[in-house]
Amino acid sequence: MTSPMTRTQDGAARTGVEVRMDGLSRHYGPVVALDKLDLTVQAGELIALLGPSGCGKTTTLRLVAGLEDADAGRITVGGKDVTHLSASKRDMGMVFQAYSLFPHMTARQNVAFGLRLRRIDAAKRDKRALEMLELVGLSTQADRYPHQISGGQQQRVALARALAIEPQVLLLDEPLSALDAKVRAQLRDEIRRIQLEVGTTTLFVTHDQEEALAIADRVGVMKDGRLEQLAPPTEVYSRPATSFVAEFVGLTNRLAGTVSGETVTVRGCELPLVDRSTPPGPATALVRPEAVTLASDNSGDAGPLTGTVIAVTFLGATSRVTVDLGDTTILAQLTTADAAVLPAGSRVTLTIRPDPVLVAADAAAPAEG
Amino acid sequence: MAAITSLGESGFAVPAERPRGMQVRRRRRLNVFRYVVFTVFGLFFLLPLLATARFSLEGSRLGTWSLAAWKQIGTYKGPPPLLPAIEIQLELAVITCVIVLALLVPTMVWVRLRVPWISRVIEFLCLLPLTIPAIILVVGYAPIYNRIRHYELSALMLFWAYVILALPYAYRALSAGLNAIDVTTLSEAARSLGASWFTVIARVIVPNMWQAILNAMVLTTALVLGEFTIAYLLLYNNLPVELFSISRNTPNASVIFSTSLASLMFAFVLLLILSYAGRRRHRGPGMR
Repeated sequence: MTSPMTRTQDGAARTGVEVRMDGLSRHYGPVVALDKLDLTVQAGELIALLGPSGCGKTTTLRLVAGLEDADAGRITVGGKDVTHLSASKRDMGMVFQAYSLFPHMTARQNVAFGLRLRRIDAAKRDKRALEMLELVGLSTQADRYPHQISGGQQQRVALARALAIEPQVLLLDEPLSALDAKVRAQLRDEIRRIQLEVGTTTLFVTHDQEEALAIADRVGVMKDGRLEQLAPPTEVYSRPATSFVAEFVGLTNRLAGTVSGETVTVRGCELPLVDRSTPPGPATALVRPEAVTLASDNSGDAGPLTGTVIAVTFLGATSRVTVDLGDTTILAQLTTADAAVLPAGSRVTLTIRPDPVLVAADAAAPAEG
Repeated sequence: MAAITSLGESGFAVPAERPRGMQVRRRRRLNVFRYVVFTVFGLFFLLPLLATARFSLEGSRLGTWSLAAWKQIGTYKGPPPLLPAIEIQLELAVITCVIVLALLVPTMVWVRLRVPWISRVIEFLCLLPLTIPAIILVVGYAPIYNRIRHYELSALMLFWAYVILALPYAYRALSAGLNAIDVTTLSEAARSLGASWFTVIARVIVPNMWQAILNAMVLTTALVLGEFTIAYLLLYNNLPVELFSISRNTPNASVIFSTSLASLMFAFVLLLILSYAGRRRHRGPGMR
């Protein structure tokens, strides 16, 4: 794999360590939260674990942090087995989903808390705390209590507190989920900037795909305690390993087609397959809305690729157009300027860009039989 | 009329806007009701206290005023002596508070963090003394205290019984304090920063439930200062028992009233100090 720093080309030093999970399992009674997970986070890398609620992403993070014990498996950090080490001895910084600042301490005291536990003298502690607050842009709020600063600022202080102890690994458990959209996007970019600056190995848990794709070197999509795919964001989006990944990451059209050789034919269009070993026969192809383009159709001819616009959803720079094809509907994502000339009720012709597509397992299965 | 029609159509039962005069009359009626309730309850509580104060200031002749009874609190030699009883009562309050808090705070934090499924059992056990009448408790305590008396005669030994009596009140106060903070997240955050369990409780959880701890202390102190039944039946002499003895033995009744009022005022001042300290601490320097 290409190193994250090489890819981002920012020249930042990598100071992190490798985190390795081997066969990690965790059960809650009969519920399997984590099922023999194998995952390696490279030194200095930021991996985002993405998945629906209950997929095991937070459990993974908590096991790495030592806040829960694994039923089976091994966790090594920088080559050292930490599986049975208590949370307080793991040297990991963690930012939580809920606001976790100590309410009776100021921002500065919160940041200095971990340093105080490490018996660093007061002057150095104070200097480091201020440096960290400066890093997150909150040096002017150093003497404020948590209830005197906003939610976004609280999470920044929590990040500064986690980084102040110079942890081997930084663990972020949905730190942005309680924030409003604008602050969330700002803080997301800031987390990435800071992570690149300090070079700490980072595990970021989120259920927000946009967040994961924007911030991570690699994205791990999880389902039922297992890792469905671990790949760079562009690959997860454009070449999903499973139909679950395809449908979970981004919007997907499910279109009936026929697999033949290395392609699938959907409404007369031949599309290459991501998985070339897909057995031939009827299948459901998963096509991204942005692979669908629309043009006005004044001919009045009926065909598999003609339909009627039934709704246009304005999303800002882009718009999502829903087209009724008679036997099914299809979503197309167009620029708002292109969508403006296609009001609801207008007849359109579709073109499907020949991007590699995945075939949904549920439809492919009968074809095997 | 139009407003009523549209409200009826929208399905809302409460009119969005009332005529101004109606609102003012309603508010005035509510205020009058509040003042009446406040006055009645105020009199209910104050009258006995005022009567006690009047008796404590009664001179040697009926209808005269004197501070003699108040001066006697310090100089009263008995039998029985008052000052040692006051001392013992205060010591009992301190010992009981310390033991109750030392028992409950770590236990409740631990139960909340590590074994939440037994919290109902702990709650039941802590509230149990509330459901048992004092006389039944004494029957249970009697054999234990017979044995304790072999080793120690001091009334300070009453703390064993008082700790159990104070459990329900202290538990409730502490439970409210713990409910007000996210104990799990705070302790996990502290643990991830390298804090031991002791540090988590002492430096993170306790400072954030200080008000609840003060409330538990106030309730425990109030309970200990006023406890009579168990001490009397177990044959120990604490302040209320001594006051009772004085009332039966001494011709100078005023001293009972001055001492009762003094102990009440002491508890009241203590409560004020504790709640003021709690507020100052809770507010923090940033809010000043």
